[in-house]
Amino acid sequence: MSVITTPAQIAEQVARQVARDGRKDVSGTLFRSALALATLASVLSLGVLLVVMVVDGWSVLTGRLGQFLGSGFSQRSAADAGVFHGILGSLQIALLTAVFAIPVGVGTAVYLVEYSRGGWFARLVELNIRNLAGVPSIVYGLLGLAVFVKTLGAFTQGKTVIAGGMTLAAMVLPLIVIASIEALRAVPQQLREAAYGVGATQWEAVTRQVLPAALPAVLTGIVLALSRALGEAAPLILVGAATGFISFGDASLAESFTGPFTAVPVLIFNFARQPGADWSENAAAASVVILAVVLVVNGLALYLRQRFERRW
Amino acid sequence: MRASGARLLFASAAGLTVLVSVLILWTIGREAWGFVSEVEFDQLFSIGWFPRRGLFDVGTLLVNTLEISGVAMVVSVPAGLGAALYLSEYARPGVRRVIKPTLELLASVPSVVLGVFAISFITPNVLSAFIADINFFNKLAAGIAVGLLVVPLIASISEDALRAVPNSLREASAGLGARQITTTVRVVAPAALSGMTAAVVVGFSRAVGETMVVTIASGGGDTSLFSLSLTESGGTLTSAMAALGLGTDQVAGSDLAFQSLFFLGAVLFVITLGLNMMGNGIVNRLRERY
Repeated sequence: MSVITTPAQIAEQVARQVARDGRKDVSGTLFRSALALATLASVLSLGVLLVVMVVDGWSVLTGRLGQFLGSGFSQRSAADAGVFHGILGSLQIALLTAVFAIPVGVGTAVYLVEYSRGGWFARLVELNIRNLAGVPSIVYGLLGLAVFVKTLGAFTQGKTVIAGGMTLAAMVLPLIVIASIEALRAVPQQLREAAYGVGATQWEAVTRQVLPAALPAVLTGIVLALSRALGEAAPLILVGAATGFISFGDASLAESFTGPFTAVPVLIFNFARQPGADWSENAAAASVVILAVVLVVNGLALYLRQRFERRW
Repeated sequence: MRASGARLLFASAAGLTVLVSVLILWTIGREAWGFVSEVEFDQLFSIGWFPRRGLFDVGTLLVNTLEISGVAMVVSVPAGLGAALYLSEYARPGVRRVIKPTLELLASVPSVVLGVFAISFITPNVLSAFIADINFFNKLAAGIAVGLLVVPLIASISEDALRAVPNSLREASAGLGARQITTTVRVVAPAALSGMTAAVVVGFSRAVGETMVVTIASGGGDTSLFSLSLTESGGTLTSAMAALGLGTDQVAGSDLAFQSLFFLGAVLFVITLGLNMMGNGIVNRLRERY
């Protein structure tokens, strides 16, 4: 090894060393590959899941899609079981969830961001929201069974979509509050000050300026929360969604709000626990239906966020 | 006058969210207390969970819950942390723009669908190839499917933590001649350690509370005989609750089986609340401030 004397020689030596180490960076390459593999595996599992569901449900989806979507299952056979009552129930529950959860959720966020002065009540509400967000969905089912079905039975008529909607509203409440808080906090202070500057009251500043400015992000949070509610089965099972075979007779749409109900995820659970390949096909086909809805709704939310969210 | 009216309106909305918590605590507490005060001590320790026969061995359900959540963590911790490190430290912006929304979509897959995936693909097409005598309903497949559900959660929380590490740290490390793996493992990951730990704790809590995957893939029946084997079926706290809930018509009233539903809810609530508070505590105590 020669003695290094000039800066040029040092630079050359370092360059050679870097080149050699670059080639030999085995651990670095392995690490990078392992991380890439982990990422790829996570993404691929979604792909495999979609393919498996489509393949398993193919005969139902191509053979009798109209009948599958359009008929309920009043008959005890796999070959003519449908998800119509599930779709109806899921839509009713999503609607009621929105009706109950949006005013309370957005209102709570408005209170915390715009009105509270950081006192004990605001701290209690924030802590409470953070803890509620971590409560497992089935625990909300207990709340629904004991309070919404039994205690408030006079209002909900027992095991109905009203009780189901209230239960899922309680479940997605923290999601809506957290998303709305972030949206409201992102609205710059200047907007409020400008409103006060031209003589607006706080009510006017909030309802005419702040809320409209935060609306796209609030809506994104609401849509994501509702898609979560659409896919949920466990709380509905406790609240008494029909997992067996129900018949509506000739009940009108209004009457179906206060009668027995079911939802698509509950039907999937019901299909999945029947023995036999034809029932598995129904479970897979119904899974494709709910996946299509949830993925479209989520895609819509992502699009909303990109298209309308303002950067301040 | 209008301002204070509006204030009252929004404050009452906030009060309703507190009421939800109060009602959860009150209903669970009341019925669970009814169960605890009526159940015989030795009913709580037996060969398994057979609520309709008066055998309430909660230990069986706890062990199954830990086993399935453990399998879920074996799947989701490497995948979730790996994906977070890759997205935050290695992926080019174009790749990130595709992969991140895809992971968000994976997070939106309903859990019943993952349960169907477990019994229609994971057990028959993957596990059967390695384990000949695996039960059609088994804890291993349930754990793997729960793991898939938890991956996006861990990935998303950890990636937020990694991206919160300021670039000056990465640049300082690179300026000292560190390779990217050294920068990632010795500088960025330790700086984001609190966030990544919290992600794992919250992910575990999510796995413990997951219901439908386990109900479909492992604990379909309302009974569970104690067994440690991962290739056997077994119910968890949550799946036992779902099974009891399916039969609420039959067990309505003050029957002990009905109240055991709330007792399990209380146990589950305490465990997940503890884990979530731990996750929040880790973030607050270990957070590096920049």
